[in-house]
Amino acid sequence: MTSRRPLDPLDLLDISALLTDEERAIQQAVRQFLRDKAEPHLARWFEEAAFPSALVPAFGDLGLLGMHLTGYGCAGTNAVSYGLACLELEAADSALRSFVSVQGSLAMYALWRYGSPEQKERWLPAMAAGSAVGCFGLTEPDHGSDPAGMRTTARRNASGWVLNGTKLWITNGGIADVAVVWARTDDGISGFCVPRDTPGFTTRDLHGKLSLRASVTSELIFSDCQLPLDAQLPEAKGLRAPLSCLNEARFGIVWGALGAARTCFESALRYARERPQFGKPIGAFQLTQEKLVEMALELNKGLLLALHLGRLKDNDALRPEQVSFGKLNNVRAALAIARSARTILGANGISLEYPVLRHANNLESVLTYEGTSEIHTLVLGEALTGLSAYR
Amino acid sequence: MNIVVCVKYVPDATADRTFDPADRTVDRVNVPGVLSELDEHAIEAALQLAESGDAEVTALTVGPAGASDAIKKALQMGVDKGVHVTDDAIHGSDAPATSLVLAKALTKLDETSPVDLVLCGMASTDGGMSVVPAMLAERLGRPQVTFAGSLELSDDRGTLTIRRDGEAATETVEATLPAVVSVTDQANEPRYPSFKGIMAAKKKPVETWSLADLGVAASEVGLAVAWSTVESYAQRPPRQKGTVVTDDGDGGRQLVAFLAEQKFV
Ligand SMILES: Cc1cc2nc3c(=O)[nH]c(=O)nc-3n(C[C@H](O)[C@H](O)[C@H](O)COP(=O)(O)OP(=O)(O)OC[C@H]3O[C@@H](n4cnc5c(N)ncnc54)[C@H](O)[C@@H]3O)c2cc1C
Repeated sequence: MTSRRPLDPLDLLDISALLTDEERAIQQAVRQFLRDKAEPHLARWFEEAAFPSALVPAFGDLGLLGMHLTGYGCAGTNAVSYGLACLELEAADSALRSFVSVQGSLAMYALWRYGSPEQKERWLPAMAAGSAVGCFGLTEPDHGSDPAGMRTTARRNASGWVLNGTKLWITNGGIADVAVVWARTDDGISGFCVPRDTPGFTTRDLHGKLSLRASVTSELIFSDCQLPLDAQLPEAKGLRAPLSCLNEARFGIVWGALGAARTCFESALRYARERPQFGKPIGAFQLTQEKLVEMALELNKGLLLALHLGRLKDNDALRPEQVSFGKLNNVRAALAIARSARTILGANGISLEYPVLRHANNLESVLTYEGTSEIHTLVLGEALTGLSAYR
Repeated sequence: MNIVVCVKYVPDATADRTFDPADRTVDRVNVPGVLSELDEHAIEAALQLAESGDAEVTALTVGPAGASDAIKKALQMGVDKGVHVTDDAIHGSDAPATSLVLAKALTKLDETSPVDLVLCGMASTDGGMSVVPAMLAERLGRPQVTFAGSLELSDDRGTLTIRRDGEAATETVEATLPAVVSVTDQANEPRYPSFKGIMAAKKKPVETWSLADLGVAASEVGLAVAWSTVESYAQRPPRQKGTVVTDDGDGGRQLVAFLAEQKFV
């Protein structure tokens, strides 16, 4: 095949040819939407630590919220399309992808998979449309990587359940209309659907973050929070339930991280071609070229990995260990790309006028949440040896 | 009610657009193409009219094989069905020939189910002539209303009222249906195709017609009979360095002089 189309530096391996027309169209729609509605404002949102709430209903119109779920107004796309959407969202800012991950893969997925018919009817259509926001409370101040030790409790009383405890680092907490909260009961860990206006439930936003600044991160406080009996997610039994939700969201991160990396690579490549020093573009120096090539290698390998995992997921054959593989590799690669891109931009690399340090900073959160890189290493270590090294 | 939107597949403005050196026509094969952005406004107008009542919207395009992408995008946005007229003989057609093919295709559509309204974009983003809608109306013998900045159907759906923003005045123009209307980029903000729309588009019907299907002879269209041709073309010269005005007390005067010279004031 001879084509006059030049090689695309952003898709050296022609990976887009491995996508279906529909997958490409979905990716394109998200990209175009974000180019118009988000890109011009990203730096300001980061600087002002402002989450763009006004975008949420537009996310709903597009079909981004709970897009890989079926029914209840959800679009029902395949997993690869969901991954591509995450990639485009995070190419803009990890905060936007985080919002969509938490809304769709954590809060909506938990209700869709473990909720009662009434809970689903009450919340899923509104959450798909973007008229209601959800959050997912698992982490506590003293229990992050090891949620099994959580202290938040749900005790039965005559009128239902009483929730007590604190959740920390909860994305969307302060803007959520409904919280999916995990708590210890006499029968083990259980999930609860807690509407915002429930007495005894308050939130407090965290400030001073140097990462994911355009995302709302909050503390959820439950003090004798009285819930009706039917607030419990009936199908969620034990810690497996929240972990299965995290597995869904993590799949999106496998793709999303590469979006951040792509933007950094794109910036560095353009800069390297345009910025002259010593009488020629810095891209003409071998050291710069090596950096760019390393980035391209990792970016393209990461995409092949993400696509492979996506196809496995669409065949219902994806294992949690494989998602750990993807998250560990791709977030690490993305962070390395972002940091290397920053060096190519020199002083401009630390400025908000360019996207690279914003992305590099964001990726520090991505490295930690949804299972730290250490924990995913241990998951894979256990998969290889059969020996658990957690405790 | 039946609305047909005429849409064009044009070279993507963000790609490097070129001419085919062999016959100096726009290269529509080797440059990635898209649905003309200006036509998205016509599609949006059609969808809004359809949503306000019961109507079926058809997207009609004349163009090479790749032009089916323009139809696809229209279907993803919410149009109900598509018609793609394609024929090697059409290559190099000018506005009169294009309007001929469109008119024949519309007549054929009209035979199966009467077309109440034909919507077009205000111009194509490649040719930029804005004349096809008027030619089309003339050929169909229907009222033409061009450059609509807003559209409103009467309750009985027999007349369409549009606002036409001119340089000196804003006109309100009324036309009885069936009519041909071109829609400006001020009329609306085109929707993004939703994921549901994208997935539904696959199942929507698209018909492909040749010139023979329309009873148009190959000799009536194409480069050979074009009323105008491209004689030569040249790459736009790289942008010149701008003029820097240093303010030594008369900076303002110099700026005014510059603007006056360029006829900006
Ligand atoms: C911006 C942001 C948003 C978040 N959003 C949410 C949310 O919406 N919902 C939610 O529930 N949580 C959320 N989290 C919390 C996140 O999931 C936790 O931060 C994460 O699980 C790690 O927990 P931790 O911070 O308590 O760290 P710790 O668990 O205390 O870990 C500290 C360090 O010790 C290492 N470590 C821990 N145990 C081991 C071990 N056995 N072996 C080796 N190393 C170990 C870790 O890898 C890490 O390097 C969010 C976090 C951030 C930063």
